[in-house]
Amino acid sequence: MSENVIRGKAFVVGDNIDTDQIIPAQYLNLVPTIPEEYRKLGSHALCGLPVESNPERFVAPGQEGSVYRIIVGGRNFGCGSSREHAPISLGASGAKAVVAESFARIFFRNCVATGEIYPVESEAPLAAHFKTGDEAELDVEAGVLRNARSGESFKIKPLGDVKEVVEAGGIFAYARSKGMISS
Amino acid sequence: MGMTITEMILAHASRRERVSPGDNIWVSADILMTHDVCGPGTIGVLRREFGADAKVWDAEKVVLIPDHYIYTADEKCHRNVDTLREFAKQQGIKYFYDPGTESYSGVCHVTLPEKGHTRPGEVLFGTDSHTCTHGAFGEFATGIGNTDAGFVMGTGKLLLKVPASMKFVIDGKLPKGVVAKDVILRIIGDLGVDGATYCAMEFAGTAIDAMDMDERMTICNMAIEAGAKNGIIAPDAKTIAYVKARTDKPFQCFHSDADASYLSFRHYRAEDLEPVVAMPFLPDNVSKVSALQGHKIDRVYIGSCTGGKVADFIQAASVLKGRKVKLDVFLVPATVEVDHALDTEKIDGRTLRQIFADAGCQQPAPPSCAACLGGPVDTYGRCNHGEVCVSTTNRNFPGRMGSADSATILASPLTAAASAVAGVLADPRQYL
Repeated sequence: MSENVIRGKAFVVGDNIDTDQIIPAQYLNLVPTIPEEYRKLGSHALCGLPVESNPERFVAPGQEGSVYRIIVGGRNFGCGSSREHAPISLGASGAKAVVAESFARIFFRNCVATGEIYPVESEAPLAAHFKTGDEAELDVEAGVLRNARSGESFKIKPLGDVKEVVEAGGIFAYARSKGMISS
Repeated sequence: MGMTITEMILAHASRRERVSPGDNIWVSADILMTHDVCGPGTIGVLRREFGADAKVWDAEKVVLIPDHYIYTADEKCHRNVDTLREFAKQQGIKYFYDPGTESYSGVCHVTLPEKGHTRPGEVLFGTDSHTCTHGAFGEFATGIGNTDAGFVMGTGKLLLKVPASMKFVIDGKLPKGVVAKDVILRIIGDLGVDGATYCAMEFAGTAIDAMDMDERMTICNMAIEAGAKNGIIAPDAKTIAYVKARTDKPFQCFHSDADASYLSFRHYRAEDLEPVVAMPFLPDNVSKVSALQGHKIDRVYIGSCTGGKVADFIQAASVLKGRKVKLDVFLVPATVEVDHALDTEKIDGRTLRQIFADAGCQQPAPPSCAACLGGPVDTYGRCNHGEVCVSTTNRNFPGRMGSADSATILASPLTAAASAVAGVLADPRQYL
């Protein structure tokens, strides 16, 4: 992950979006390290979201990826199963960041370890300030998420302890930079 | 100041005198477990990062347990098991429980203790969120993703942040009809699904002491549903007896210091607890069964690492004995060993299998994770048509057991069995 400023459409979800909703179990027969299957995971990203709460689909029917770049979430994003297919499907779909009020720990770790998608925490709940489709701009370094439609800006928490791992590009790159494993 | 049991284990595993919550440390793994869903991806990471000829750090510490998508026609699922087979052979993996052979076992989190891989004082990683189950054996056990697991596979180490510990003391004697599942659901209901995020949940008290290992596993199994990093119960004579019957490997027992520091302390009187359920669609949506009696349901499912162990089937049978069920009851023993117990465990001279057959349940299915997580569409017990299912499993998020319009009510095996007899959600205490 080398981008410092991420621009694109926002996709808004609620609290407790669990990994079954991010990538339902029937798609876990796909192996993320097989390129063709990595792409397929992207096409199924967030397809488990109930239609009633999310009539606007993250990946439009028939599409391979998503038009949305920044997911705006509530509390406990990524809870439930440890399946790494979850952050991978989001990254494979073209999304670049999840900005949520809080994250479940295994999902957060998997985002950091894989480098697939930035997991950043907002200072305050954001769901009321964004509509799906709003153009948004996330500056991870400056710690700001801006809604281009409304003009409002929101503070994002610094990455903290994992910053080094995220900036290195994931756990392996980080470990190599520290000499824990050889290049 | 002293350390909690979790801190002691992590200090030991990182070769430090002491650790404190928030410390980022490199720990050595004693066991890494993976299964058919995450194994192939983990192997992919290992080879991508360490080379096509990469070797695991220790062929006796990587345990391969295919269990998720075993009984399906899906070709990719068969391929994924084949991937594990090839890997086991190439690496000389000592512990591989191969489907279709004598060595097949079933659900990973019941297999690990059965086969002697869970030992006090150790560090166990698994590519599955319910790896926290094994804290019941007085060890540090947590779920990790494929990339972290690929790292462990190649190096035997992982970077971890030491969690703060939350203490839960349950004292007294559980009333009739109230079992471990009710205890942990009550705790999750009180905390919320993110109430223990990043923390160690340490369980103690006379009611915990009185539980057998199966029941302690149920408690620790669901720590993840409150967001915890790990669940843990200090080892005692029961733990030691269980473990020594299954392995000769030496182990070390740790116990929290009297002056250890906890983030929070909650005390429960066992006598105050009642049968509860978690209604759709969150594991913390917990209510007393007595308040929801008569709620419409379509089927009952008894299985999984949470509710498919021997103790769970004995509980269910204690309610079903001499009674008939009014709706479809799906029984999935977690492992081959549990399946055998259906023929050796008896209540008043009838085996569990006979009791289930007499009651009109479906024949027990071959051991696997089956419909706990839905799975491929041809999975046994999968909810494909909007069913409301009372289940002894661990999660009830939207679509968890199959179709988007299905709903799962999490319950103890007693409540599940009582509901099968009543044909609606029912309080088990009237059947005991």
